[in-house]
Amino acid sequence: MKPGAFQKIYCRLTNITKATCTLEAEGVGYEEMAYVQGRAAQVVKIAGNKVTLQIFEGTEGLRNDAEIIFTGKTPMLPLSEHMNGRFFDAFGQPIDGLIAVEGRAYPIGGPSVNPVRRKQPSELIATGIAGIDLNNTLVSGQKIPFFTDPDQPYNQVLALIALRAKVDKIILGGMGLTRDDYLFFKNTFEQGYGESKIIGFINTTDKSPVERLLIPDMALAAAEHFAVEKNEKVLVLLTDMTQYANALSIVANRMDQIPSKDSMPGSLYSDLSKIYEKAVQFPDGGNITILAVTTLSGGDITHAVPDNTGYITEGQLFLRRSPEVNKVIIDPFRSLSRLKQLVIGKVTRKDHPQVMNAAIRLYADAANSKTKLENGFELSDYDRRVLLFAEDYSRNILAIDVKLETNEMLDETWKLFGKYMTEDEAGMKQEFVDLYWNVKQIV
Amino acid sequence: MENNLIISKGKVIAIVGNLVEAVADGPLIQNGICFFLHNGKEIMGEVIKTQGNKAYAQVFETTRGFRTGIEVFFSGHMLEVSLGPGMLTRNYDGLQNDLDKMEGMFLEPGARTFPLDKESVWPFTPLAETGQKVIAGDWLGEVPEYHVQHKIMAPFKLEGEYKLSWIAEKGEHKITDIVARLTNDEGEEIEVNMIQTWPVKLPITVYREKRRPGTLFETGIRVIDTMNPILEGGTGFIPGPFGSGKTVLQHALAKQAAADVVIIAACGERANEVVEIFTEFPHLDDPRTGRKLVERTVIIANTSNMPVAAREASVYTAMTIAEYYRAMGLKTLLLADSTSRWAQALREMSNRMEELPGPDAFPMDLSAIIANYYSRAGFTVQNNGKSGSITFIGTVSPAGGNLLEPVTEATKKVARCFFALSQNRADSKRYPAIDPIESYSKYLEYDEYISFAKQEIDENWIEKIDFVKNFMISGQEINEQINILGDDGVPVEYHETFWKAELIDFAILQQDAFDDIDCNTPPDRQRYMMDKVIKIVQTDFGFDDFNRVRNFFKRVINLFKQMNYSEFNSEKFSAYENELDQIINLKTVEV
Repeated sequence: MKPGAFQKIYCRLTNITKATCTLEAEGVGYEEMAYVQGRAAQVVKIAGNKVTLQIFEGTEGLRNDAEIIFTGKTPMLPLSEHMNGRFFDAFGQPIDGLIAVEGRAYPIGGPSVNPVRRKQPSELIATGIAGIDLNNTLVSGQKIPFFTDPDQPYNQVLALIALRAKVDKIILGGMGLTRDDYLFFKNTFEQGYGESKIIGFINTTDKSPVERLLIPDMALAAAEHFAVEKNEKVLVLLTDMTQYANALSIVANRMDQIPSKDSMPGSLYSDLSKIYEKAVQFPDGGNITILAVTTLSGGDITHAVPDNTGYITEGQLFLRRSPEVNKVIIDPFRSLSRLKQLVIGKVTRKDHPQVMNAAIRLYADAANSKTKLENGFELSDYDRRVLLFAEDYSRNILAIDVKLETNEMLDETWKLFGKYMTEDEAGMKQEFVDLYWNVKQIV
Repeated sequence: MENNLIISKGKVIAIVGNLVEAVADGPLIQNGICFFLHNGKEIMGEVIKTQGNKAYAQVFETTRGFRTGIEVFFSGHMLEVSLGPGMLTRNYDGLQNDLDKMEGMFLEPGARTFPLDKESVWPFTPLAETGQKVIAGDWLGEVPEYHVQHKIMAPFKLEGEYKLSWIAEKGEHKITDIVARLTNDEGEEIEVNMIQTWPVKLPITVYREKRRPGTLFETGIRVIDTMNPILEGGTGFIPGPFGSGKTVLQHALAKQAAADVVIIAACGERANEVVEIFTEFPHLDDPRTGRKLVERTVIIANTSNMPVAAREASVYTAMTIAEYYRAMGLKTLLLADSTSRWAQALREMSNRMEELPGPDAFPMDLSAIIANYYSRAGFTVQNNGKSGSITFIGTVSPAGGNLLEPVTEATKKVARCFFALSQNRADSKRYPAIDPIESYSKYLEYDEYISFAKQEIDENWIEKIDFVKNFMISGQEINEQINILGDDGVPVEYHETFWKAELIDFAILQQDAFDDIDCNTPPDRQRYMMDKVIKIVQTDFGFDDFNRVRNFFKRVINLFKQMNYSEFNSEKFSAYENELDQIINLKTVEV
């Protein structure tokens, strides 16, 4: 990094910690970017002439007479159409071995959209997966995470959805990705689309964790550019947000902040919502949809990261293996898409909400019957039927590897109702029962 | 920034997040508003601590790019709102900027807009006569604001008694026009226009007395109105883990409640939820007046991505606007979603100030702050004998769904109704997921409500509620026994009790917020259905086999659901009811 015309240069650090350093400097702006011994850094605290910098790459091997250059600018990202098919690091530098991209530089982490300028999301994003399309319908402009234990194939599911979704651009923000997973995404997208619509900002596990803090802002600044300037429909994938939160707690700790729940900084809610709230439907047709991953520890959703996330996002999708059919499903109980009400029964067929609820209610009954079975009680006729229903429902409809159109999902579910249940047991509005109970005859 | 109000100047010396330290050259006011000059814009902040000539200010917008040495101007007033005709239908941010007047797609730092419209003309009618004695809050005149007769009141800041020396005649006026003159014994004259300003952190207390609530505040939600009623001027709160339906419930309240004015404070929550209100309310009708919902609504939107410091301001701004409409003798409903986000904003600031933390790192005085805020609601009688009210319902988002956290505990001490949302009920799609056993309304113990219910609803209403509540508890106990002992391990009567509790649950407690008819149940229909359910629950059916109990009640429940989905006393409704009465009389169903 060569100093420019008006840049200030210093060469004395008074204090170095694992993630930050402090020096005496004048006229520095809050959140301004700097380079310390060539490493990217950002101003996080100014007290009189004492300036504290967060060093993204870590402070290992830093000399206290290092050269410190202030850029006079907050973090920027050069953006252009030539980014398609490319992969970058947390600073926007290419990591795919190709040359750097030229383009106009845009500030990252910019201001919020005025809520009255937003449009209500209303476009359904079809994925072919019943756990989403049938039970937790995804809508463009929505933000929704997968809550998943680390052993589930969450990155594969993310890639699968991205490839199936009808969007103009896919932006991948990888935080704490293993190199293997980065290459998996790269290969999968190359096979799926060639160079057409993927852009990746990747922090792999061999890089400093603090660098991750820039990834969501980079990915979303790019998304905002394409959605606002080009009216594109942009799908942003953020994996794994738990790794992002861990980096936040590292920095908070180094800055001597009092930790709140689970050693996370007290500002975790605001930090996460600044990212997720970038999901938006713009009036001119462009939109940003965020599909994220929050890894859990032992399925614990009361941990501060999934807990705060759940309050911010518009629902959550639980990924788990169904032991009865040995397939990965999206758990119908704990999963929820808050925006589904905007499309189900409106964009989709009218019976959609009732079918969805009735099937989940029966699935819940099956869980109770299973408990009875496990406790050694005799099963009633209803218990047996509802267990059979749940098994078919998991295998033929819910499993991630089943691909169906939404109407096919509805018809299949009606068939299962007819096969195992009486009309009273299904308990739906009579007008739909009259229309679809004998679905085989009408399709 | 109005120059005549500046009491000192200063320079910034330190910045951490949105906490900025500055040295001032003159007097400072605790909670005084200050303005930082940055890139040619005035960025607003509030002094939250002073130490010698140093001021610590929370900045209401981003501090990105702030430098030491930038200039700051300290004003002589606290955060104030401007009150006047034309607030209904508006969408404000936490500092009462009119969001619709803001230019561009994004909220640029330093952008400010006036909350009222200075150009439009209002037909003014005087209500007071020259020579009349006037104190703060007295009604001087009125202008029609949609369905509301918007009172033009003597300034709330007025001290002591004045005489009305002049009042404008009936006619058209802008809000900036002088419509009245007041003089006191010392000969001081005050000119009154239609705009008042008021500091949001102080309550507006221009009423004669505050009374205990006594009349039902109708919400159309059965599990609230019937089982856990909230009263006009009462307080309640809705704690619940995410995904348990807090927002749907709040929106249902905003749509259906029997209020003249509804103030919604979207505090630190999702922007799309506010967008839903912006989008739907202009098209939806108020079920009671037939007017558009938007015409009785004011929205204060400080969504989670908007500046954290303004979150605290947003709940106070909303309360102050509610108090203003209450002083006109109106029934106002204030909804705040969510008070936990406000508490978190307090926590972030307390942390940056390096204060010693209380439980879960929240500030020590959290429960006092919450108690003080809830106490601003209530049923008041104005000086002219007219009554007004603020019914307040807040939501709480407990960390990890654990109700033993500081915000829930502090709120439970002050709110009179507790609508606990249960994860289990939400998981099994039993909405609204208000737990029938955990939830309570202290108003059921109020003599005022007991006599109201006797007179207006039913002679034995309170006894009926007790009966149903106790029955739900028996139902739950028996359900646990069946789970432990098995279907065969308990007497058949146990199954009958369990299924009767299920009937109460499905027919009364559960309600489909997305169905045009079921979403809103008027009181007479609630009473009718309650009586019908109680009659069945009190009937002894004498089944001999638990499978027959289930089949029977599944049919009964299904018929009740069809009735709930049908217009009250319509042909469809009666057909289902006849079918129901038949099988109840036969005490059996064919399978």
